[in-house]
This record gives sequence, C-alpha cells and structure tokens, in this order.
Amino acid sequence: MGYPHASHPKEEVVLSKHFGDAGARTFDGWVKRGGYEALRKALALSRDEVVEVVKASGLRGRGGAGFPTGLKWSFMPKEVTKPHYLVCNADESEPGTFKDREILRWTPHQLIEGCAIAAHAIGAQRIYVYVRGEFTAEYRILQAAVDEAYRGGALGGDVLGSGRRIDLVVHRGAGAYICGEETAMMNSIEGRRGNPRIKPPFPAQAGLWASPTTINNVETLSAVPHIIAKGAEWYRSLCRGNPKSTGTKLFSVCGHVQKPGNYEVVMGTPMRELVYDMAGGMRPGRTLKAVIPGGSSVPMLSAAEIEDCPLDYEGVAAKGSMLGSGGMIVMDDSTDLVYQVMRLARFYAHESCAQCTQCREGTAWTTRILERILAGEGKPSDLDLLLDLADNMTGKTICVLSDSCAAPVVSAIAKFRGEFEAYLSRARKPALAQV
Amino acid sequence: MTQDLVTVTIDGLAVQVPKGTSVIEAAKQAGVLIPHYCYHPSLRSPAVCRMCLVEVEKAPKLMPACVTTVADGQVVHTDSEAARKARTGVLEFLLINHPLDCPICDQAGECELQDYVFQEGRAGSRYGDYAKRYNPVEDFGPDVLYVANRCILCTRCVRFMEDVAEAPVLNVSERGDRAYIGIDPAHCLDHPWAGNVVDLCPVGSLISKDFLHKARAWDLDKTASICTGCSQGCNIMVDTRDNTVVRVRPRANLDVNRHFICDHGRMHYRWMNRGDRIEAPLVAEAGRHLATDWDAAAAGLRELVAKSGRTVVLASAGASLESLGLVARLLARSSPLLAVQIPPVADAEAPLAGVPGLALRTERAPNGEGARLTGYSRDWPAAVRAAAGADLVVLLDVTLTEAELGEVRRAKAIVVFGTRQDQVVAEARLVLPVTNVAEENGTFVNRDRRVQRYQQAKVASGMARPAWWVAAQALAVPEAPSTVAEAFDLIAGATPDLAGIRYADLGLSGRVASARSHAGV
Amino acid sequence: MSSATQYQPVFVGEIRARLEALFPKYPEKQACLLPALWLVQEARGWISDGAIAEVAEVLGLTPAYVRGVVTFYTMYHTHPVGRHFIQVCTTSPCNICGAEEVTKALLKHTGCGALGATSPDGRFTVIEVECLGACGFATPILIDDDFVEGVTPERVAGILQGYK
Repeated sequence: MGYPHASHPKEEVVLSKHFGDAGARTFDGWVKRGGYEALRKALALSRDEVVEVVKASGLRGRGGAGFPTGLKWSFMPKEVTKPHYLVCNADESEPGTFKDREILRWTPHQLIEGCAIAAHAIGAQRIYVYVRGEFTAEYRILQAAVDEAYRGGALGGDVLGSGRRIDLVVHRGAGAYICGEETAMMNSIEGRRGNPRIKPPFPAQAGLWASPTTINNVETLSAVPHIIAKGAEWYRSLCRGNPKSTGTKLFSVCGHVQKPGNYEVVMGTPMRELVYDMAGGMRPGRTLKAVIPGGSSVPMLSAAEIEDCPLDYEGVAAKGSMLGSGGMIVMDDSTDLVYQVMRLARFYAHESCAQCTQCREGTAWTTRILERILAGEGKPSDLDLLLDLADNMTGKTICVLSDSCAAPVVSAIAKFRGEFEAYLSRARKPALAQV
Repeated sequence: MTQDLVTVTIDGLAVQVPKGTSVIEAAKQAGVLIPHYCYHPSLRSPAVCRMCLVEVEKAPKLMPACVTTVADGQVVHTDSEAARKARTGVLEFLLINHPLDCPICDQAGECELQDYVFQEGRAGSRYGDYAKRYNPVEDFGPDVLYVANRCILCTRCVRFMEDVAEAPVLNVSERGDRAYIGIDPAHCLDHPWAGNVVDLCPVGSLISKDFLHKARAWDLDKTASICTGCSQGCNIMVDTRDNTVVRVRPRANLDVNRHFICDHGRMHYRWMNRGDRIEAPLVAEAGRHLATDWDAAAAGLRELVAKSGRTVVLASAGASLESLGLVARLLARSSPLLAVQIPPVADAEAPLAGVPGLALRTERAPNGEGARLTGYSRDWPAAVRAAAGADLVVLLDVTLTEAELGEVRRAKAIVVFGTRQDQVVAEARLVLPVTNVAEENGTFVNRDRRVQRYQQAKVASGMARPAWWVAAQALAVPEAPSTVAEAFDLIAGATPDLAGIRYADLGLSGRVASARSHAGV
Repeated sequence: MSSATQYQPVFVGEIRARLEALFPKYPEKQACLLPALWLVQEARGWISDGAIAEVAEVLGLTPAYVRGVVTFYTMYHTHPVGRHFIQVCTTSPCNICGAEEVTKALLKHTGCGALGATSPDGRFTVIEVECLGACGFATPILIDDDFVEGVTPERVAGILQGYK
C-alpha cells in the first residue's frame, strides 16, 4: 500500500496489508487476521527445516545489504553452547527510508511473529528489538504489543504450548544513525558508544556479549511469517526480474512526487512504474532530475537512467547504484543538487562515530568544501579534490559510513557536473552566506 | 615446543611465523615496519587509525595489518601504490585539524606524525584556509597535560587506562570531528602508572609537565638503564642533555615491564643530577680530610684492610652487583659481616593490573636480591651494633642516622664509599668518591632474580669512580678486574646462583639466575 | 552550597524499581546504561554531572565511561533545555520539501531566535536533527515525545499552542 494513500493496483500487498488498520495492532486483532499461525507451524518444524524454507524463498536482507537471510541464519552454530541472540534492527535512520516505521506502528505483531520464528530458527531464546530513540510512538506501540504477546502466550516460557522459551526485549536507541550498523548496534545494546566493530569476528561467531548473534531488519523479519505460511515457492514466484531477487519490497518514495508513501511491489518492478504511476509522478510543471534509489548512501541516478531500471538488487546494481533500503528520494528540476549533496555530506559528518581517520575528518572536510562552493568561494580544483577525497574515503574504514558519504558526491559530480560548475563560475549566485 | 608455523611473504621476503600472528608483527620479522598509530603490542587493537592498511593479494580491499592474522601462503605488499596512497590519505586527513605546533611542541623530533608525514605525506596542504577545530588545553594532572588540538584520536590512552591500568578515567567524548579525549571531572590521572599515556601518545597531545619545554628530542642522548625506584627492575631509557638527566622513559622488555614504568620510577631521577658530590678521594690527616689521588687512596685502603681483623660492610641496596661483590671480596680474608640497607616502606604495592607480575614494589631499591646473592644480610641493626666493635667499617653509599653514626664511630676505622657530601663521616680515614647509577656500567638483580645491565648515561663529577673499581684497585692481586665485564664475571663465577651467566650473555634484556634451593632462606 | 543545589538521586522508589526490573533482561548490568539514562532524562529533563555519577555507581561503571556514552548519543541533553524540546529534520528528503522554511517558522514562533537556544520564557528549545525516518511525511518534528508529521510553516503556530 502506498500508505498513507490507498493501495495502487500495481502493488503486491503482503507486509502492508494492514497499514492504516488500527485493529491489526492488537494481539486479538492480529490473531483474527490469521496471525501467529505461521509461528505455530514453524515451532513444529526443526531449526534446520525453518532455515531451509527461508533459504529456498530467496528472501534477502531488507535493511540495505541484501544478504540472503536463510544463509545468514545458517551461520549460527548448530549446537547451542552459549546463548544465541536475535537482534531486530529497528533503527531506521537511512535518509529516504520510512518503511519499518509503518510496520512497527500498524502491524507490531507481524514483526513479533517474524522475530519469534527467526529466534526458533537460529536457536535463540532472547530477541532484542532496537528501536531508534526518535520513534517514540512506535516504541510505545511495540512495547504494548509485546506485553499482549506475553499475555497471549506468543512469547514467554512456553510459546504457543511448544515448550520453547522465547523472550523479547525492546531496547531504545538515543540518536545515532551509526547504530543501524549491525556491529555498532550490538555495542549500543551492550551499553557502549555505538562504534562499529572490526570483523572478524562475525556476529554469528561472537556478537552480543561474545555470543552467537544474528541481526535482521524489521522488514526482513516481517516477511518471515508469510513465507512460512504460504511457502518458499510462493515467495519465489513473486518475481518480475532477476530470479535472485524474490518476494516483495516496501519502497519508501519521498521527495518531489505527488504521492509520497510506502509502496509494496514485487521485486523486478520497473522503477519508472513506481515513480510515475504509483507515486503519481512529478508535480505540475516539473521534470525529474535525479533519483537516489536506495537511501542516501547509494549513488544517484539521472532521470534517463531510471527509465529502464528494474527494482531488484541486480537491476539497480547494473545501473551503477544499489537497491539498498529502498528509500527512494525523488528530486525534480527545482532541486539545487549541489546544496542537497552538501546537506547529505553534513548528515554523514554529524553521524560519524569518530573511530576511523578518513571518515571522521573526511566527512567534515567534504562538507566544508561543498559549503564553500555554495557560498560562491569554490575553486575549480575543488571538484577534483572532492573526488580524490572520496577515493581516499572508500573501502578503507571499519564500516561503510565513509563510503556512503562519498557515493552521492561522486555520482553527483559525474552526472551533474554542470550544477557544480555553475557555482564555481559564479554563474549561479551563492546559496549560502559567506563561510 | 613445536608451534604451528605459517609462511607469509611480505614485500618479497618470506618469513615463517606462528599461526595467529598479525601481519604487522609478521612484517617486523621481515624487517618491515608498517606505519601505524593506534596499534601497540601491549594494547588490544581497535584498527581505527587506518594507517596500517596493506595490500594483500587476493583480498578485495586493503587490510588493516594490525588485526589481520597471517594465512599460509599469503602475499602482502606494504609499499604498493594503493597502500602508499592510503597512508598519504590518512596523513592528509590527520593534518587538516592538527595544528602546526611543531615549533612549540615537545614531541617534535620524536613524533610519529612528523616522521610519517616527512616520509610519505603530501608536501603541501589542500585544506586551504578552512578553520581548524579548536579545544583548549586541559590539565589531566598531576603530570599530564592534554593538548586537545593535537590529538589524533588513536585512543591508546583510553585503552591503556581501561585495559591495562583497569582505571577507566579517560573516555572519548562526542562524535565525529568534534570528538576529543575526556576525563571524569572528579578525577585526574593520578593512577600510579598513568604517566605511560604520555609515552603511548604518538603525537604531542598528551605531554608531561615535568618535561615541558625542557629539552628538544634531538638534543638528547639516550642510554639504556634500569630503574632504581624499586626491586621490580623495570627497563628504562635515561635521556640526558649536557650531562644532565632530564627524563626517564620505559624501555621495552616483554619479560619484565613490557612497555611501561610507574610514575614513581619516572620521576625518580633528579637525585642523579645532584651537585653535592665528593670531588676527590679524601684521606684523613691531622683531623682534616685532604684530597689525594687514586693511587694513594687505593694504597691506604689496602693497608687498612690488611690490618683489620673484624670488618663490617654497611651497604646500600642501590649498589651494583659488582660493587657489592668486589667490596666483599676485598675484605674476604677477614670474613666480613655484610649487611644491606633496605629502605623503609610506607606505601603498599601498586600493581599494573593488566600486566601480571608487574608492580611498584614496596622494596624501594633496585638490588636487594643482588645483595642477598652476594652474601649481604638484611639484619641492619645487628650489623650496626657489630660495627661498633669492628676494626674496620666500610660504608658503601649509605646515609646513616645519628644513632647509627654513634655506633659506627666507635669502630677503629671507617672508610666511606660515597656519592654525596652528606655521606661523609668526619671520622672516616678514607672518603672515596663513587659514581651513581647514571654514571657507571653495572648490573642489578631484580626481585625475580633477573640479572640486568645498566649503562653509563652521564659523566661523573670530579674524580668519582665505580665502587667496584675502587675496591679492585685495593685488591692485591694481579688479576683484579679492570672492566665491569671482568668484575661481573669474577663475582658471578663465585656465586653459585649466578653460575653459568657471563656478562656477555646479559645483553639489554637480562638473564634470569637459575634457582637453587636455599634451605631456610 | 545550599541543599537546594545538592544533587538529589534519581534512582529511588519507583524509578529504582523500574531500573531494577530491567536487570534480568540483560546478561550484564552495563546493558542497562541507555535505559537508565532515559529514566534520568524522563525524570529530570536533562542529565547532569551528578546524574552521570549516580548512574555510574548504580551500574558499576565509572563516570568517565558513562560520560563517553552520554556524549555519543544526540538525544541525551547534558544541560537544561526549554520545557518543550523541538527537533526538526532538515536532511535532504525533507530539505527538498521545505524543511528549512519550517525551521525558520519554528524559530520565529517559539521566540528562540537561534538553533539550540532556549526561548526567553523558557518554553522551547529548537534544534535541527538528522533524518527522523518519516521522509514521506515531510516535514516531521518531534516535540518532547510527540512525533508530528507533515509540518508546514503555516501549521507551526497552531501546533505550538498545544505546548505550554
């Protein structure tokens, strides 16, 4: 559903079926809508059987990395010698992305059910759902749903009479984008600064409190009950493009479209269908300039490039970008792209954890150069400098925040160089006061 | 003991190292120092500075050498174009906020940022005239200043206090390029081992107030020595300028003190520069002390020894093994009563929690064990009483109380081997000026029976000579030692516990004396 | 120093009970640090040095360590703020939908004048924050714990009226 708008016929409504339906929020309401049957079914299967179903479905991580979920689960030790943990990443902070928030506030039980099934599959007795601190309402809604689930027997010491123990703790973040990185999230849960960790060790070997841990995104986990209920083949059949990208994806379309919102489409749906049909296309008198398709950390695409771009992992990668979180930022010709690239660089500079030299200093320096350019004080050599800094900031750090800062800079200079040169040549008047 | 070994090729040189070795350590075996900041062999590695990125064949990205373990058959290039560009990049990023303080920064000349920038940094800055981040200097006290602007956030100081000192009073505060090292406002760096953060800091961000603006690194002469602060025997580097000790720093010894010394030892050097010395050998004549030469002094000493039947030696636990041994040997014919003075202890031990077996010891002298091995007893009061009735009392670098002096003055003859004016006893027949630890070569034996060499860092004032040399001069034997090596070998040869150890074996990390059962000791 | 300025502990009575109820949910007490800091901010509006010391003591950590964590996360205030704390998102998706105009309107109608400053009547503090995760509902703002979507400059005055 292109929530908050009515579903578009081209959507495939699975996860978003109950967006806007307040009745789905309660435990009884969810059960009435068929909820927790998948959990019951999964608990009757072995760990391996559940993992195999999810593997066969082709479900891939919906937080941004697109890593095959069943495969990630299979990394957990077969024998439980230390406690296993499931972490649900509800730290949604990638600019342009607002899909997990809808799942949390309309269908918290969908998420709880998915978490419980995943916990069973990986041999975990405890789930931590890390909700970003700013999602105040979602936190309250989720906590209330968790309390109901305990009362209803879907969580606790004897889940749905299976004898299995599954506990869920909702843990609030406190304002740090970097905590959405899985290893930083674990540090944050442990009561530390949200610094990403070096890998190896990988979370499945040593994660939370040095114990085997799996971290999955909200949307990924929410797909799990449907896969268990309707089968892997059904999920695989939801595919309009590359067979390696299956199922549905919630795309958060925002920016300069008539109908911004979350649209659930089958993988492989053409991007132009999403932007021009479902999201209502451009505002009157406006033309499309650029789209950042997967949250701000991916390279931006020009209007021409989205004309023949299927929305799956491989399709967007073939265009030189990434599907990422599916946070689609649409920018029309009224956009000052140089200004927005500066604003994104500033975002990354604010959010850098400060561990790695390139990120800590590079994000701030990049921002300063862009501010100077916008203030009409840029030098022609600044563009080459930005590109060289971007190169020094890519592939060299503990996490990819540094690379994420570089991506919009590099793609904007490559595809919209003229906009930068307009500021450099003073053809365009400064957008910022003197710095 | 066989270990799993793997072969890795670094910059074209194949080396074999134990499985689990990091690339940065393996590179050392190949003679390659991979530039780094946050890595330190005595700290856990966070791989944050990104300076040690190296090219590993078949790996998709540059790998941080400090946390990448070697794999058999791995081929590493530390100096490829990609690795060099990465390092140049890191250096450039570090310099955008780092102030151009070199002219006023104590670290200049021993600064790892300077060194690597000079080697591989860009010749000019591309940062232009953007403002640099500014934070005021903070006094972390008692000895440490934090010059926040110079900090490169390697976090060695935070990790040292947290993991090694186990006193987490430092933190990283804020985020991004606003980050800085913070200290809990209710605390200061008064932990007994906190001064090590100054050495650990690769740049001039954490600096010592004691050393502030005292000397330039390139004016310093550096000498390997042993700390005299306690019986732990930490290895140190004595830095001198113009024949004055200006600083003491740790010297790496993985078996004793790893890379650290305590603050007591660190500050325990001023006494080495004292000017109130005894300038020349003195001989008593008609109620006064008259200066003389060493030949005359040695002859006088020989004569006194020859006619003394009951002899007592009262020695400092800071005297070298050679000095203690040769003085004892000089008096051997009279079966001397030998006693060593262990300084009184007020405080408890101060361990460095993260390094087992390392602590500031309650025995605040470096050679108590060496004294024991060479036959010196710790029963000081008994020795002082015995001195009263002795024919000859030899004082070896000790300062006596009034009461003790009262006893000693009753002896027939007194000889003082002294490093300081206040050790002179008016009634002494001979006053022989001897060198202190900074002015001679010698050995100490620490509490763990490790025999360690210390080296001469400065020239003695006046005519002072090592006490062992003075004693050797008075020995009436042709094979009296004339070098410290000969002195050591002579003493060690006669000490069962030091059997098999020769001076040439000691090197700069020492040798542990083999255990021998001592009934009742 | 008068007793009025002496630090009063937060973790007594009901708040203490709430914190202790969290201990069994984590294998280590340290994991209760972020929740404990939220309890402090809920009770006092900000996290003082005294609170940092108290949290450290209750959880067996050092004040330096707790301070390092507090200063990492932007939602914790280390100094008093207005009675109502307003966070407005100005990251690119909202930025291209008029977030900066909303920010100007907020500064004007609250009387704050500048970002980070508290209004003269102590009622409001306004800061810019990064992506609030409601990009399709530009411009979102957080007022205290209330998440308000779709804010436009025209709506600002009306929204603020609800916050005394």
